[in-house]
Amino acid sequence: MPEKDTKEGIGLVETKYYNLPEKEKFTLESGVKLKDLKIAYETYGELNKKKDNAVLICHALSGDAHVAGFHRGEKKPGWWDDMVGPGKAFDTDKYFVICANIIGGCKGSSGPNSIDPATSKPYGLSFPIVSVLDMVNAQKKLVEFLGIERLLAVCGGSMGGMQALQWAVSYPENVSSCIPIATTYKHSAQQIAFDEVGRQAIMADPAWNGGDYYESSHPSAGLAVARMVGHITYMSNDSMEEKFGRVLKKEKLGYEFTTEFEVEGYLRYRGDSFVKRFDANSYLYITKAMDYFDLQKDKPLSHAFKGVKTRFLVIAFSSDWLYPPFQSKEIVKALKMNGIDVSYCEISSDYGHDAFLLEFNEETKLIKHFLTSTYKRNKK
Amino acid sequence: MISQRKEDLSLDHKIIGDLIEPSSVVLDLGCGDGELLEYLVVKKDVKGSGVEINEEAIYRCVEKGLSVSHGDIDSGLKEYPDDLFDYVIFNQTMQQVHSPAEALKEAFRVGKKVIVGFPNFCYLNARLQIFFAGHVPVTPSLPYSWHDTPNLHFLSIKDFENFCKQQGITIEKRIFLNEKRIVRVLPNLFALNAIFQVSKK
Repeated sequence: MPEKDTKEGIGLVETKYYNLPEKEKFTLESGVKLKDLKIAYETYGELNKKKDNAVLICHALSGDAHVAGFHRGEKKPGWWDDMVGPGKAFDTDKYFVICANIIGGCKGSSGPNSIDPATSKPYGLSFPIVSVLDMVNAQKKLVEFLGIERLLAVCGGSMGGMQALQWAVSYPENVSSCIPIATTYKHSAQQIAFDEVGRQAIMADPAWNGGDYYESSHPSAGLAVARMVGHITYMSNDSMEEKFGRVLKKEKLGYEFTTEFEVEGYLRYRGDSFVKRFDANSYLYITKAMDYFDLQKDKPLSHAFKGVKTRFLVIAFSSDWLYPPFQSKEIVKALKMNGIDVSYCEISSDYGHDAFLLEFNEETKLIKHFLTSTYKRNKK
Repeated sequence: MISQRKEDLSLDHKIIGDLIEPSSVVLDLGCGDGELLEYLVVKKDVKGSGVEINEEAIYRCVEKGLSVSHGDIDSGLKEYPDDLFDYVIFNQTMQQVHSPAEALKEAFRVGKKVIVGFPNFCYLNARLQIFFAGHVPVTPSLPYSWHDTPNLHFLSIKDFENFCKQQGITIEKRIFLNEKRIVRVLPNLFALNAIFQVSKK
């Protein structure tokens, strides 16, 4: 990816932090109370006087609050910079865009690597298990703190899409529209299985040490393998074939166990760069939250959306086999069964699940106009 | 399923618009670029949604602020609950669905009234092409060659009326048109297109 000019788009941004007042306890879905809740977040654009132009973007497994623009000294913009900025899909000339790091994450919000006030050491595995609902409840606290009663839209891809759906289901009065992308209403056995392979890779690394590794070497080997498995599920057979085929790193086969194929090198590289920026325990917590995610809960899915008035734009990608379009279609069907206003598009793409980060031209066509019409309808 | 004829779209839309009660709830099956739906939303204040199989057309619908679902009509109809719509529209799409009888049955399940617009295969010029030229007709309402057509079924006005009789479908209104105006005389011979409003009373 060519480096971008740090002045174009949003320009310099910084992460802010919100601490829930000490007297307010944050109760998790499990019933456990979190002692102190800290949320890292970024905002772009201006909140208008009526406070009706706020859009919340929810990030996926490895994302963070830094969606767009540049941090001081950084050459790489936020993870969805193509979508957020002046004139872009989430037009910061019109909307006030918010993104918060999820709880359980490792990018500034409360998670297993934050300091436990009781011990003055990182929580590690003593951090309570969190769910997608807990992530959403934490975002709700932040949104309230920012003085916003009703969000114009909640949007997210992958696990971000799960949060968007959870928002619409849990807080229908507080969300005008919902844009779940490349996501599902519940983790299937296959999705749980891939997560479990990732978790086992981390836990099998001796450096993991039961989650207590913050003062010694981190379980980098395990986390890298988890990320490698993840990356395979994010691509499609076609995109891997196109990108790597059977191309070798050297001229010919070496008859040895080194990184010989391009695809091996790529996965190694992805794994190694991931461990520099991500906490292994967080990986365990977040994948667990996704596996717990189930809006259906043994009932017809349409029951989950009863009473929801939110307008929906559901987006899936043709080659996404991790969160295949049929799961999005199930969501659409359940929404229609409730007479809920929904638009659905299956974007044809060879990029697999990664498409939600790459097919920004198509996503822009949909999201930009969907937001415009939702905003206009709200004004009526 | 993209609307087939550009030149007389406005006449279609006007006629269908006149059939529809203001502020009703409408489903447009095979809504294409959403021109008809947009017209109904703007002029008739309907609560409209569409089903469309073409991805590019979906973008254009969303651009117009319409609610549209990407999928085919045959399976798409099954996703709606009973009696959700006042009107279900098949404008130039009935002839493209796998099973028109099944689609109509589903349309009556989800909607009170159904509006069907289709090209008349027994239009005079089509008959002449078959009889004298000896080839499958190509007309303004049936502009495709045999090998490159989205149409699966070919029917005349008479065929549709007979079909309704067999199926116990009540024809409430029927309007016939050629390229520019309404046809009142011998429609099965002189009309390029027909628009029926039907119900199952």
